[in-house]
Amino acid sequence: MAISDEDVLHVARLARLTLSDDEVKRTAEQLSAILGHDGALRELDLTGVPPTAHALQMENVTRPDEPRPSWPRDEVLADAPAVQDGMFRVPPTGGAQE
Amino acid sequence: MIDTLGLTAERCVELLDAREVSCRELTEAYLERIERLDGVVHAFLRVRSAEALAEADRLDAEGRTGLQGVPIALKDILCTRGEETTAGSRILQGHRPLYDAGCVTRAKAAGLVPIGKTNMDEFAMGSSTEHSAFGVTHNPWDPSRVPGGSSGGSAAAVAAGFAPLSLGTDTGGSIRQPAALCGIVGLKPTYGAVSRHGLIAFGSSLDQVGPFALTVRDAALAYQAIAGHDPCDSTSVPLSQPVRIPDGERLDGVRIGVPYHLLEQGIEPGVRASFDAALERAASLGAEILPVELPHARFGLPAYYLIAPAEASANLARFDGVRYGLRLEEPGDTIVEMYGRTRAEGFGTEVKRRIMLGTYALSSGYYDAYYGTALRTRTLIRRDFDEAFDKVDLISTPTSPTVAFPIGDRLDDPWAMYACDVLTVPLNLSGLPGISIPSGLSEGLPVGLQLMGPAFAENRLFEAGHALERAIAFEPVPPELVAQ
Repeated sequence: MAISDEDVLHVARLARLTLSDDEVKRTAEQLSAILGHDGALRELDLTGVPPTAHALQMENVTRPDEPRPSWPRDEVLADAPAVQDGMFRVPPTGGAQE
Repeated sequence: MIDTLGLTAERCVELLDAREVSCRELTEAYLERIERLDGVVHAFLRVRSAEALAEADRLDAEGRTGLQGVPIALKDILCTRGEETTAGSRILQGHRPLYDAGCVTRAKAAGLVPIGKTNMDEFAMGSSTEHSAFGVTHNPWDPSRVPGGSSGGSAAAVAAGFAPLSLGTDTGGSIRQPAALCGIVGLKPTYGAVSRHGLIAFGSSLDQVGPFALTVRDAALAYQAIAGHDPCDSTSVPLSQPVRIPDGERLDGVRIGVPYHLLEQGIEPGVRASFDAALERAASLGAEILPVELPHARFGLPAYYLIAPAEASANLARFDGVRYGLRLEEPGDTIVEMYGRTRAEGFGTEVKRRIMLGTYALSSGYYDAYYGTALRTRTLIRRDFDEAFDKVDLISTPTSPTVAFPIGDRLDDPWAMYACDVLTVPLNLSGLPGISIPSGLSEGLPVGLQLMGPAFAENRLFEAGHALERAIAFEPVPPELVAQ
């Protein structure tokens, strides 16, 4: 399956990755090559075979719904790259062009 | 000063128990060797000299027992409270987690002393440790070759005598393959046996923490220390039976299945010869060697390289420059620009490739064709193992199709790198346990033998691995480093 540069740019937008022109071209080639290998999977008759998302079957796991203290805000923010007024500082979130 | 090359954790305990060495002296011996030789190997990203010595002093002052005072190296994908944890990625440079990973908490509770954080392929994506943002790790048996990966630093650290034990993670072979290439023992436990809390996630349905060691008994001791239920990981479970440290010498009545059909091509002749010789030894110890069919295992690699990148693309969405790690000088005018640029700068080539691959496989219009097909194939692979384990107790293959390859050899061909995992990924897809033990040398480089078992049959792997290891009598000492 051949992946075009347009496919790569679309997926890069979904993945929030800014790619250089070189990277777009290389990614198109490499994804096509890698996905070429799962042509093998098309040989399989998978009719009626259920998907396995998790190898070990587990029932839903619950725990008591008890209030607990959260992480101290200053400790959390101490690990952040940019902080202002006790909050994470980021560029404007409104008006983003997609 | 005590020589740490080839020194097992059990021997460390004997020396400490007999008071032939103190915890401080033992720790100093390992630190001295790291200081002297890690310039060649580059197993560590950070060495905890002061912290480890302080912990050793505390144990010397208060008295110790069991594994207390034995050093352990930690793969840098395992969170350590207040201490930088990067997962080998520039995007996490400077990240200081708020908590210890579950397995780190357990290791510390057992008295194991973390001696440093080890190098790895970025976010555990790779089979050679060449994809670290912080330099390549060299194989202690031949520094011009890779140690395997992604837990290459943890494997190299034990092989080089920098620590008697280490922890790694295995998503598609990342413990077993580097153990094989470095001539040591590596255990990938059953999915759920060891907490994944605080393990920076790559493929959440595949990832599992496990130990590296010089012997199977040491691996069992380390596994005993870290295994068990953790309320912070809802997929972890209590062990159904206690860990037994193996001591048997025979394999009478043990049925070992061999999927010969997987070994017909792509296996180096020297690897195959070492494997066949090990099987003969197993037979001479009383084991019954039987051919076994895993008809869908050959589809493991293409299925894995859709499922793992798909899970990774979701897990790695959290690295966006907001809460931790890298922030660019000029992040852009909008938050969306900041996400894109931070991730472009922070992630390496292989990580970007897998995020793209996974995002593509999950994207609208392709989800069923790629991800859905891979999940259905996974069901068939798991059923193969279930049926095979009705007939045999264990299944064995070589761990890696090749010995350690030269640094740089596979960097330009992603699929050639992925093919390192051809014999290890079926087990992760099935959630089952496996152990790699050294079976000998080929061209002067270590070869690993993989034993696979049913879910939670770690004790069976330890018993068989130990008996076989004794019979093979491999000397896990790299000649390159003995001279130094």
